Amino acid sequence: MSLTLPSYPQPDGRGRYGRFGGRYVPETLIPALDELEAAYRAAKADPAFLGELDRLFREFVGRPSPLYLAQRLTDHAGGARIYLKREDFNYTGAHKINNCLAQALLAVRMGKRRVIAETGAGQHGVASATAAALLGLDCVVYMGAEDIRRQALNVFRMRLLGAEVREVTSGTSTLKDATNEAIRDWVTNVRETFYILGSVVGPHPYPAMVRDFQAVIGEEVKVQLQAVEGRSAPDAIVACVGGGSNAIGIFAPYAYLPAEERPRLIGTEAAGEGVESGRHAASMAGGRIGVLHGSMMYLLNDDEGQIVPPHSISAGLDYPGIGPEHCHYAETGVAEYVPVTDAQALEALQLLTRLEGIIPALESAHAIYHAVRLAQELGPDGVIVVNLSGRGDKDVAEVMRLLEMERDQGLLDKEVEQVTREVLA
Amino acid sequence: MTATLTRGAERIHAAFERVKAEGRAAFMPFMTAGYPSASAFPGVADALLAHADLLEVGIPYSDPLGDGPTIQRASEQALAGGTSTRRTLALVKELRARHDTPIVIMTYVNPIYAVGPREFMRLSQDAGVDGLILPDLPPDQDLEIADLAAEHGLAVTFLIAPTSTPERIKLVADACTGFLYAVSVTGVTGAREGTALGEVPAMLALAREYARVPVAVGFGVKDAQTAHQVAGVADGVVVGSAFVNAVREGQDVGALAASIAEGCRR
Repeated sequence: MSLTLPSYPQPDGRGRYGRFGGRYVPETLIPALDELEAAYRAAKADPAFLGELDRLFREFVGRPSPLYLAQRLTDHAGGARIYLKREDFNYTGAHKINNCLAQALLAVRMGKRRVIAETGAGQHGVASATAAALLGLDCVVYMGAEDIRRQALNVFRMRLLGAEVREVTSGTSTLKDATNEAIRDWVTNVRETFYILGSVVGPHPYPAMVRDFQAVIGEEVKVQLQAVEGRSAPDAIVACVGGGSNAIGIFAPYAYLPAEERPRLIGTEAAGEGVESGRHAASMAGGRIGVLHGSMMYLLNDDEGQIVPPHSISAGLDYPGIGPEHCHYAETGVAEYVPVTDAQALEALQLLTRLEGIIPALESAHAIYHAVRLAQELGPDGVIVVNLSGRGDKDVAEVMRLLEMERDQGLLDKEVEQVTREVLA
Repeated sequence: MTATLTRGAERIHAAFERVKAEGRAAFMPFMTAGYPSASAFPGVADALLAHADLLEVGIPYSDPLGDGPTIQRASEQALAGGTSTRRTLALVKELRARHDTPIVIMTYVNPIYAVGPREFMRLSQDAGVDGLILPDLPPDQDLEIADLAAEHGLAVTFLIAPTSTPERIKLVADACTGFLYAVSVTGVTGAREGTALGEVPAMLALAREYARVPVAVGFGVKDAQTAHQVAGVADGVVVGSAFVNAVREGQDVGALAASIAEGCRR
């Protein structure tokens, strides 16, 4: 057994990161959250649980994921060395599988035979369905009707894996509504159901538990970077944030270091059509503090507290809130959060694909875009690690549609148009 | 909690005392503010208030995760019609001018935080609101809300559920100053099939041990018959989705209210 789960100073005993987090849920769920917290605490200290998780990480997921020096991207950017933490190598194609396997193992340990999940892009749904198939659990996945349209292939995968995908048509028919429905299911079936929550959001202990399960990403980077650069911390780490699980997974092992040893931690928020346009999913740049899905956090909500529907090119970032630990990092200066637009992400996706032969998920493309600019700023002595949270297979059809649309509308600039013409030829 | 009762708590307790003396449970209908429209809502509320011992008015909210589809759709329609938090409180103020019946606001916490807790309480007090029901605020999450409510003369109601442990029931009961709201099922709001009381009597027995306020039961009560069953064990009967359904289907809300109020006799 080589795996240990980390213990960080946050959250406090009440599940709060500064003023963020907490448990704003119907009373029905409080005993279940207490039970989950106790079960998690026991599992975290149990060599049998950790040994099994470690085995699955290595043999099923394919961990450790590589740390790859993107030389051609680095040359193109003309500055700091850009390393990619290849979570896209993981089985099922994204970092989501780390957390799903861990939570599904916990469900088995707690004697629950039914798991539910919510999904936006479908990656968390596929990972939940995969974990459920592996461990012989019944699985129901809630997904917005709009996301079902955008991610048809992942819907088919989930069904092939034996999960039931329930279409959500309430509200805006996207991830936030799928999350509402999952919570309603949990409230109704709480005694026999385990809710596999997909990001570092929701009521305590979810944000802490999901972070701990994803922290394997950052812990591996420490070791891998030491081997190639002779130091465990880069100058900067860049990761995309929707709810924020891949970002917290690579940030957390560094976030609690003393300030002078800490790399710059930068989260890229989905700015959609621009923060000023109002069509975005940038909860920090364009939101204000509020409560959703059990947690106090930065949130897209109007001055009456109604949730404002988010927009992003990427279904996985299309969420109106951002995890409470990120909110606390932002407020205390531990991490920075920058907006990246749809168009910039689409540009970065094509750039990485052309230069490195890696088609990133649209989510991860947000981080790539900022890393290229940051590389110039840091200069040739710098080292940047980008969390490549997922692969782009799921997005290819949507990207094709968007590029065709841009070409038809004459919105492409000359260089991108040339590339696009070749791609679509 | 403060030893002296707030104005809202006094009015709520007096209403429960009155119905108890009459040998029945309090009839406590719920309606989403601004439903089916801002102009039609006052008429619906008047029809309910003609029979109600206490009226619950819901602030329409975009993401009501404790509610089922019936109330969520009503909220969406009310929001589309322009009913906001401030408009809800203005509607209550109009009702208050015509009725003496206690009125409590049901709201998720985000609208309170968005308006600002102090400003929200000030507006509620000004509107003549007697109390608040907070379905996504366990009392140990935010002590400021209850304190501010008390400062503004408002009672607060928190919820217990069949999953609540004795420790939780005690904690929640201690925090309630208006009445204690016992959720009859593990689940969200909505009229249901079946009439069995299930776990309710055991839950209420525990609740009564701790609560110094009346205990009302809600979720799933849909007609006179289910109301009568609940009235046999509770001090008050909350009926929500059934009235929202009735409004949507154009039924006579006043007649349904009269029938369910009759069912609340023991």
